[in-house]
Amino acid sequence: MSFLVLYSEEYEEIKNILMNLKQETNSRIALIVEKNGQPIAFAGEMDGVDTTSLGSLVAGNVAATEGLARMLGEKSFPLMFNEGSRENLHITMIGDRFILAVLFDKKTSLGLVRLRAKNAALKLERVFSKLEEKMKKEKDKLGTGENPLEDLSEEDIDKLFK
Amino acid sequence: MAMINPRQKELIAKIVYYGPGLGGKTTNLKYIFDHTSPSSRGELVTLNTQGDRTLFFDVLPLNLGTIKGYKIRFQLYTVPGQVFYSESRKIILRGVDGIVFVADSQRERMDANIESIEDLQENLRQYNYSFATMPYVLQLNKRDLPTAVPADEMKKALVIKGEPVVEAIAIRGVGVMETLKEIAKQVLIHLKKEFR
Repeated sequence: MSFLVLYSEEYEEIKNILMNLKQETNSRIALIVEKNGQPIAFAGEMDGVDTTSLGSLVAGNVAATEGLARMLGEKSFPLMFNEGSRENLHITMIGDRFILAVLFDKKTSLGLVRLRAKNAALKLERVFSKLEEKMKKEKDKLGTGENPLEDLSEEDIDKLFK
Repeated sequence: MAMINPRQKELIAKIVYYGPGLGGKTTNLKYIFDHTSPSSRGELVTLNTQGDRTLFFDVLPLNLGTIKGYKIRFQLYTVPGQVFYSESRKIILRGVDGIVFVADSQRERMDANIESIEDLQENLRQYNYSFATMPYVLQLNKRDLPTAVPADEMKKALVIKGEPVVEAIAIRGVGVMETLKEIAKQVLIHLKKEFR
């Protein structure tokens, strides 16, 4: 399958889990990125944050670390932590396809973030499994009765470039 | 892998600019960045070595506009062209929806072009992605250089599956937007088929 549909129901569930994680840990941003660099959902103040760039760099970081793990004979390093003078970044894998990143400062502790992120990752893994099942079953793949590309014409594409 | 979010009404796809080192992949992205209004694009992130060679990747988020109320967003990536960065190139191809191959027209780079196309096909195979059905555009870059190989000769050597070919001088912007439009068209038409 060459696309991922974020159905409204699951999307809301994902957002809620992220929002709870952010609140419980008093962190700044909680973000989910697909391993290919695609940002999926986030909670927190994203003004002035370029989510695409953040997503691609987080995914690049994870990919490079996975390469390192393989070189060292490890299957993976499922948890990563970057400590800065003001901001810290905690990264956990959600299954083998998605990444949970939490950005936090001194208002909270690494221990709390680590514990809550681990629990959130387990919950998120279940939601993503459900989403994949639904994508296999759903005939109307968007589940909304609408398909933005259904009557796509060359003219529509030309308009994008005017 | 494109993502569709009916709640947010957006469709996001990933395009990768592939090709040999110093062929002009980053130059394509820089031109698009410089000639698109800031409201239609994000920051151009580049991970370079000191010598201004791409170390890991460049990425540029671009908002193309809307189709039926859906925001169409593309993320443009480049790969590091240098031969020894093979692992990085493979990582960046993950989830790709369309590929632009930026070939260097200089005669002395023809072997590098061919080697890079073979590397691309091998990397796609490792992900079980079908090159035959992958949206793909060939850009012949650096057409202004005195040692440029005639376009017909390049096509004979590099065209693989009847893909569209765009002649370009990326540093001056010639052919850059045309290439982007061509790959965007192919990706959207491909996704339309996937939805059926």
